[in-house]
Amino acid sequence: MDTAATPHSNYLTDGYSLKSWLLTRDHKRIGLLYLFSVTAFFLLGAFFAGIIRLELLTPAGDLVSSDIYNRLFTMHGVVMIFFFLIPSIPSVLGNFLVPIMIGAKDLAFPRLNLLSWYLYTFGGLFTLWALVTGGVDTGWTFYTPYSSSFSNSNVALVIVGIFINGFSSILTGLNFIVTIHKMRAPGMTWFRMPLFVWAHYATSLIFVLGTPVIAITLLMVGAERVLHLGIFDPKLGGDPVLFQHLFWFYSHPAVYIMILPAMGVASELVAAFSRKAIFGYEFVAFSSLAIAVFGFLVWGHHMFVSSESVYSAMAFSLLSFLVAIPSAVKVFNWSATMYKGSISFEAPMLYVFGFIGLFMIGGLTGLFLAAIAVDVHVTDTYFVVAHFHYIMVGGAIMMYMGGLHFWWPKIFGKLYNEFWAQVAAVTIFVGFNLTFFPQFIVGYLGMPRRYHAYPPEFQLWNILSTAGATVLAVGYAMPAFYLLHSLFKGKRAPSNPWGAKGLEWETTSPPPTHNFETPPVVTEPPYNYAK
Amino acid sequence: MPQTQLLPEQASTMAPRVDALYFFLLAVAAFFTLLIAGLVIYFAFKYRRRSKNEAGVPIHGSIWLEATWTIIPIIIVLVIFGWSSSIFFSMARPPAKTLDVYVVGKQWMWKFQHPDGHMEVNELHVPVGVDVKLTMTSQDVIHDVYIPNFRLKADVLPGKYTHMWFKATKPGKYHLFCAEYCGTNHSGMVGWITVQERAEYEQWLAGSSGQGTTMAQAGEKLFKDLACSSCHQTDTIGRGPTLVGLYDNKVTLDNGSTVMADDAYLRESITNPRAKVVAGFQPVMPSFQGLVSEEGLLQILEYIKSLRTTPSNATGVVPPPAPAIPAKK
Ligand code: HEM
Ligand SMILES: [Cu+2]
Repeated sequence: MDTAATPHSNYLTDGYSLKSWLLTRDHKRIGLLYLFSVTAFFLLGAFFAGIIRLELLTPAGDLVSSDIYNRLFTMHGVVMIFFFLIPSIPSVLGNFLVPIMIGAKDLAFPRLNLLSWYLYTFGGLFTLWALVTGGVDTGWTFYTPYSSSFSNSNVALVIVGIFINGFSSILTGLNFIVTIHKMRAPGMTWFRMPLFVWAHYATSLIFVLGTPVIAITLLMVGAERVLHLGIFDPKLGGDPVLFQHLFWFYSHPAVYIMILPAMGVASELVAAFSRKAIFGYEFVAFSSLAIAVFGFLVWGHHMFVSSESVYSAMAFSLLSFLVAIPSAVKVFNWSATMYKGSISFEAPMLYVFGFIGLFMIGGLTGLFLAAIAVDVHVTDTYFVVAHFHYIMVGGAIMMYMGGLHFWWPKIFGKLYNEFWAQVAAVTIFVGFNLTFFPQFIVGYLGMPRRYHAYPPEFQLWNILSTAGATVLAVGYAMPAFYLLHSLFKGKRAPSNPWGAKGLEWETTSPPPTHNFETPPVVTEPPYNYAK
Repeated sequence: MPQTQLLPEQASTMAPRVDALYFFLLAVAAFFTLLIAGLVIYFAFKYRRRSKNEAGVPIHGSIWLEATWTIIPIIIVLVIFGWSSSIFFSMARPPAKTLDVYVVGKQWMWKFQHPDGHMEVNELHVPVGVDVKLTMTSQDVIHDVYIPNFRLKADVLPGKYTHMWFKATKPGKYHLFCAEYCGTNHSGMVGWITVQERAEYEQWLAGSSGQGTTMAQAGEKLFKDLACSSCHQTDTIGRGPTLVGLYDNKVTLDNGSTVMADDAYLRESITNPRAKVVAGFQPVMPSFQGLVSEEGLLQILEYIKSLRTTPSNATGVVPPPAPAIPAKK
């Protein structure tokens, strides 16, 4: 493995055999392994979404049976959350970039890193197998006692798949935390770290502290199913709401696992395309930590209508409002960063604009849900479906796409077609809004979520939404063509195509196996565009 | 209903209050969206890159600005919080006098019982302008009663009683949805709430079947059939405590603590009697879990409630007020 790095040798050319990939300990190659698996799961999740939207084109449940429909939206949710959104930015971009950005040769535990890819992929294949042999129909939320005692589907198997995948998250989180603490290059102080790294640090805390909770909770559901233990089913002496507490204690912070890395990407992109230091760098860094910590205190806002006491509901409502503040602060900071910048409009920046818009709408509609009296009306309706897609898809995926475009030349050493990249970014933005904005309206009108058939007066909004999903699908499909095309026909990328700051732009594109020809020494603050 | 509608009809006293807050939130959201979007677009064009190597002007930050844009949103969210909580308090606290209806959710239908004995499935008749309280439970998984036109929703849990109250303000027929995913036919677990003028409602009450036995009477019969009465007598000579005057009063337990004899306590005492044993009695009562249906439990509950008005009330409690609307003419 120890090749002397010459300008012609890089991590991609360092061995061509399948074995050199499948047994690699290079964080960059592992990042690409993730890119491959994560993309496959995204396509699968999107395929499920497509059938869901087609079914909802008409009020009658005519395309698939209700049992199939229930399995489809469950698998859509499970695949998208556990196998796409949670790993996407951290495992693909984070894996590739965190060590380079802090000037390290690799992650602290390279073998563990490879193991976590195997766990992820194996967990995913296991879940697919459960799907092929019967599916699950509980919703990705697995509410008990439906999941523990009533569902006639492969609940236990899918839970095992998610459980295996959970270890992957925990290992990745541990690896990042140790790496960021121990492996920073000389001069890379905490306050010289890029905000992308801060965001991954905060995310890793949630990975490590939160994931065990969901793993154990799901295991209890599985145990109750198989052994009839009486944890969640009142017929066996259990508490039906206990599960919701445990589940949301993890799954609310999990939303921040999806969005914090996206915020990290946004910070990098705004700085690079404005050629300016992030306004209020320390505030942005600390707000990531604040979000990670306070994110653990608001789980009860998912349970306002499940017989929670009036006062605990109010406490959760208040905390939810307060946790919204650090996110709002970040949006203000990104906008302020553009003030007196030198702004250019390449595709990654278009994704940033889209991200700011969609994330704002997602965040502001979060206020509607934190306001209990309004939440009572809209929870479990399409209003919520719209809200979380704005945050998770509009926020996290926009930045995943933006980041992928931004670092693509670094990762592969090739430039993609800028024109088509811009067309795709705009198409995704338009398609997204057309898909999900009508869902706010139909949700406030009262259409419940997870409905296979619905009253005809909701149809207009569903038609719009399905039309939007078609546009969105086209938008998501485009990068597959021009990005792949770039690999074969793209122009060679220089080491710093955007004129951006950051250690990753100081090494070659693609980077050598050990990331840098000469170990870097850091002497300046981040985003020092002015000098 | 026209398809271009943006709001569901307002048909309860809660609906206008929720909508008012909703409009306020919409205004706040629109304001910030336009503000930020406006600024971003303005900056993007004003400061667009003019030459290849141009860099931005370094501005590190401003404590003053950070403080402003932290504190202003905090004030706004506190206002929203206060407003929404005050509405929520009214939602959570039913008035003292209500017309009670009992609800049992089951995969995949809604069963309603009126105290006078009427049973309905997937359809509920209520009078306009009267405070109605639902006491709800599920026979299997978690369901959720959702009436968009009332802006109200509440989970229906197995093994527990939850409550919802409303005052309908407009006669009409309104959707009743199950909003908590409950399995195969979840989207078929729907029904109607029919809100009627008082006279019409009373006509409906009089005209439909199921008359004759009230819920309390059915409960009393169950009470005897299940041999509850062999231990629980109307005086204090039984092996179990008397149930007369029990409902809505404090009970002292053998561990010295006290509990309120509400729906939840009574249900638990029947399905899991050892959980809370009344002071002075042996834990000899068997569990009736599984021996009595959810509907039956509710009937027994209604029977126990009816005992609170009995004159031989030993605890000296003031008899509660009569229901808001007499169940029968
Ligand atoms: C073309 C894009 C998409 C469309 C049209 C779409 C559509 C839908 C619909 C209609 C539902 C609601 C199902 C129901 O409640 O009955 C849903 C649920 C969900 N979607 Fe998507 N979706 C899309 C993309 C995504 C993406 C990219 C993600 C995440 C990466 C995602 C995550 C979820 C999750 C977590 C749920 C909840 C599943 C559940 O209710 O159990 N969706 N989606
Ligand atoms: Cu239901």
